[in-house]
Amino acid sequence: MDFQVVVLAGGTSKKLVPLVSKEVPKALLPVANRPVLSYVLEQLELSNIKDLIVVVEGADAALCVGGWISAAYVDRLHVEVATVPEDVGTAGALRAIAHHLTAKDVLVVSGDLVSDVPPGAVTAAHRRHDAVVTAMICSVPVSGLSEAGSSGAKDKTKKPGRYNIIGMDPTKQFLLHIATGAELEKDTRIRKSILRAVGQMDIRADLMDAHMYAFNRSVLQEVLDQKDKFQSLKQDVLPYLVRSQLKSEILINGAPQGQQAKENGNDKVSYRILANASTPSFHELYALGPNGSAPVRRTHKCCVYIASNSKYCVRLNSIQAFMDINRDVIGEANHLSGYNFSAQNNIIHPSAELGSKTTVGPHCMLGEGSQMGDKCSVKRSVIGRHCRIGSNVKVVNSVVMNHVTIGDGCSIQGSVICSNAQLQERVALKDCQVGLGYVVSAGCEYKGESLARKEK
Amino acid sequence: MGAQKKRAAAAAAAARVSEDPDDLARQPLQAILLADSFTTKFRPITLERPKVLLPLVNVPMINYTLAWLEAAGVAEVFVFCCAHSKQVIDYLENSEWFSQPNFTVKTIESHNIISAGDALRLIYEQNVIHGDFVLISGDTVSNMSLTQALQEHKERKKKDNNAVMTMIIKKSKPSPITRQSRLGTDELFMAIDPNTKQLLYYEDKADHSKGTICLDKMLLAENPSISLHNDKQDCYIDICSPEVLSLFTDNFDYQHLRRHFVKGLLLDDIMGYKIFTHEIHSSYAARIDNYRSYDIVSKDIIQRWTYPYVPDVKFCGNRATKLERRGMYRALEIEQSRSAQVGSFTVIGYGTKIGSNSKISDSVIGEGCTIGSNVLIEGSYIWDNVIIEDGCELRHVIVCDGVIMKAGAVLKPGVVLSFKVVIGERFVVPAYSKVSLLQQPTVHDSDEELEYADNSSGTVEFSSIQGTADQSNGEMTSESSEAHKPKLGTGGVGYIWSICEGGQEEEWRHSVAPIPEDKLTELSEAMDDDQELVTQDRTALSTSGELISDSNASEGDDNEDSKDDSVYFEKEVEATFLRAVEENVKVDHVILEVNSLRLSYNMTSADCAGAVFYSMMKLAIKTPHSSAIGLLTLYPSPFSMVASNAYPIYLSGELQQNTANIITTWQKLLKSYLLEIDEEIEIILKFEEMCLESAKEFSPLFARILHILYDKDILQEDAILRWADEKEGADESDKVFVRQSEKFIQWLREASEEED
Repeated sequence: MDFQVVVLAGGTSKKLVPLVSKEVPKALLPVANRPVLSYVLEQLELSNIKDLIVVVEGADAALCVGGWISAAYVDRLHVEVATVPEDVGTAGALRAIAHHLTAKDVLVVSGDLVSDVPPGAVTAAHRRHDAVVTAMICSVPVSGLSEAGSSGAKDKTKKPGRYNIIGMDPTKQFLLHIATGAELEKDTRIRKSILRAVGQMDIRADLMDAHMYAFNRSVLQEVLDQKDKFQSLKQDVLPYLVRSQLKSEILINGAPQGQQAKENGNDKVSYRILANASTPSFHELYALGPNGSAPVRRTHKCCVYIASNSKYCVRLNSIQAFMDINRDVIGEANHLSGYNFSAQNNIIHPSAELGSKTTVGPHCMLGEGSQMGDKCSVKRSVIGRHCRIGSNVKVVNSVVMNHVTIGDGCSIQGSVICSNAQLQERVALKDCQVGLGYVVSAGCEYKGESLARKEK
Repeated sequence: MGAQKKRAAAAAAAARVSEDPDDLARQPLQAILLADSFTTKFRPITLERPKVLLPLVNVPMINYTLAWLEAAGVAEVFVFCCAHSKQVIDYLENSEWFSQPNFTVKTIESHNIISAGDALRLIYEQNVIHGDFVLISGDTVSNMSLTQALQEHKERKKKDNNAVMTMIIKKSKPSPITRQSRLGTDELFMAIDPNTKQLLYYEDKADHSKGTICLDKMLLAENPSISLHNDKQDCYIDICSPEVLSLFTDNFDYQHLRRHFVKGLLLDDIMGYKIFTHEIHSSYAARIDNYRSYDIVSKDIIQRWTYPYVPDVKFCGNRATKLERRGMYRALEIEQSRSAQVGSFTVIGYGTKIGSNSKISDSVIGEGCTIGSNVLIEGSYIWDNVIIEDGCELRHVIVCDGVIMKAGAVLKPGVVLSFKVVIGERFVVPAYSKVSLLQQPTVHDSDEELEYADNSSGTVEFSSIQGTADQSNGEMTSESSEAHKPKLGTGGVGYIWSICEGGQEEEWRHSVAPIPEDKLTELSEAMDDDQELVTQDRTALSTSGELISDSNASEGDDNEDSKDDSVYFEKEVEATFLRAVEENVKVDHVILEVNSLRLSYNMTSADCAGAVFYSMMKLAIKTPHSSAIGLLTLYPSPFSMVASNAYPIYLSGELQQNTANIITTWQKLLKSYLLEIDEEIEIILKFEEMCLESAKEFSPLFARILHILYDKDILQEDAILRWADEKEGADESDKVFVRQSEKFIQWLREASEEED
């Protein structure tokens, strides 16, 4: 498989403060007690892709990520960790590692994608049409709490957020229009020229770009070279490729299709034969001259791969998403976690110790070596390794990372407690984030706050 | 008043509808057939005969429509006649349509109607429509079954009373090169909800200069999934609820069914009326809108797409015709020379004679025609009683009743010969010309929609020309027409209509002739250029890293906006300030309020400083001593500037005192925006501007108030000096105030030097 894989693992995303820090970059945030990056790597491994480049922003973060990868995947994957400066954007990151890319096509995956969509399916769709870019599209996740019983009614009233407006051809193979970010707030403008060429365009506002792209390498590099202002794959490169697809500028400097068309008559014949073999896509029809003569226009194809609704596909790019993913991976999408669930639908590591009258509900996880006191109750939460939890503690809908100490009588709801944090007695937290190593003093009550040590 | 009426009318309509739903369900299906298209596309033919009576494959068009309506289960048809109404009514009276069982045809006649909207308003007044009805024009050919569409419409209507109309559409992709459908109509862009089939957007008559379709953001917010179509054709068959008629009455400016009514409904979100679509797949429906669709629909009929409405099946108004091999239809009593070749897909009418060695293909020949020998007819439509002498050539033309073509005449593609025209020997009629016995009407209404084949004038003209052609020619000589009337060869009779300005290029679009090759190449090149422009635009923008902004126009808008904004901002600040003065609001709170205004209008602190200062000075003027100010303003300003010191001191003194007071009270507010020297200069400039324009009262006091501002530490000496320096190079007229404050500036300069 002539595909190179680039995993963009990011650095310490500002959106995820206080969960991330110098010691814990975004890629290593635990999802069901495993770094989020491991989910991507596992999927790639399943698709039998073993050579990959992991790009990390910032030297410190790169060191952490590199250390973890070499420990965890030493004999399974061949991973190269590349460091790029912070804030170069996704396009900048690829620009920085361009000299590493040699294969015909490049698969770019975001390191924060938790999904069970096989990357192989995306690459196959890409190859089938000889596209310059293939983007994976998935349905917009329903965010927020969905508690077991009441979830149905609640979710229906809640409108899922909008991330993209995506226009596709009726066969749902080609990407014709994509709007992201600020464009969503404006009226949607669809170019008539492309609509004329394709006839019908399905516009969807309930899908989103999952940030897994297959690029034609030479095209990608050309775009990155020529458009040095492009910062982001999602917001600059992909929309650019989509909107120039009927008047391609990028194939001029000798990309595969361009060469083919330029060469002598023999090729033309084979082109026609190829085109006749399957129903030509609208690109090919459009490229033809007025009476079906040889192609006169240069076009390129932008494809999509739509993940089916039954697949799980969410990006960990906000604190809410972090909570959602943790909840889902031990809940509805538990096949992703790779653990075997007990009969009670939860995972309690054998080495964990539970006090008397302590209950751990379904959809919960208790990491190795953690101890819980008496009369505790855990519902729909993840608790990491070697945590010390006192008596009479309630943990609901929360994520507790490793080595956390929780005093007696605490109540934690909808919160994230980072590693090495300490909660003294009778702390009550609701919808809070407690940063790395933070100490919450006894008896405090917080609601919807972000508690972290001051960065020096 | 008007609105009230509207509401009352709507309520009445609603009441009428909801009276008895059961009764409604049993209503026999009604239809409105508009026997007038309210356009002029078939001129000059339609000056003499209404469009619905023009023969389509030897049968008047209206018969296709009526036959379909009867077959589709419509019980009662109201034929609305306008232009040439007499001819239509006469025709219907002599036809079998008035004597059909279970199918009633009634005519409604009106002469002063100029649009479909008016027609429907008139029908509403007559109060004859009681339930759902089919709205169709008399030039539509279809064989679809209405059952399903009707049922869908009824079910939707039951669930949602606002679903007033179901439009029939059919797949047909327009050519991306010519941007028109195969029927010669403009390309159509529609947005349809793929699940409910609701129509969300409709754009025909496309504005080619706009390269994009703009979907309102609310549309996507409400419908997560939308299908945009460029590959559908509007069949102009609508199933309507009775509300449609009352809607036309309520909105008396609706004229055109699509352009006004459909668009009006789509844009109007108050009433919430909805239009749905029904797509037909295997059946046929098309409207004859122009010569090209006349050609295409004729071919479809010959090729039997419209079965059972084909020449060899007897339906109302056609003669027995036999179908032979290769799509050849021949009526009875045809005299055909042995050596004549009649090609495929040709219809030959009753009693026609064809001479030796003539070749006819892909054409329709009417009844009683005489075609000489060595004639070539290709892709043409020859109506009844036409005489074509030897050696003529006709390619892709329409020839109306009674035309005589003398030997050797040639018609180039796209020619239309109206009734009884005579073409002289060996005369070559240039491509796309229209020839008629009637002169081209000289008055051209700019709005083609409102222009229609005017009934009365049409017939008057017609009757005057009923006499011998020579005579009419003679009559016309007095006018200048003689000059621009090209002869039609020796013995030719008729006028070649000049193609009106601008229309020349578009003539090929709607003609019966196929689009010439070179036109296509030209167009496809133009299309490339289009694309080029668009992409260049885009890249220019995108290289600068900006998001796509679509056109320069929108940028212009932005500029406009920002100008407006600053005016609004100033007003808001002034209002805030005045309120603060009246209600004794604390300075801190005013600062907060102004800050929030600043954020919402996205203004700089210099703007704030300017606006606050402006409001303060305005207040100073308004503070009661108006009589004095009134006096002041009476003086012409240039005079007052020069003679400022000559003023009675109490007048300017009072204003100065007021100003000083206000500045003292509100200096904290002003100071909070004076972070840099630039803002201070902004204030001086603002003050200058005020003195010149909006508050001339201050002009004599300029120097003094400047001094006050300096004393209160609002303005630093640096700011004043820099302002003076900046003004150094300005025009004399600009320097008035610098002059006025010369002494003060001088003093400041000396003071600063001393310090140094």
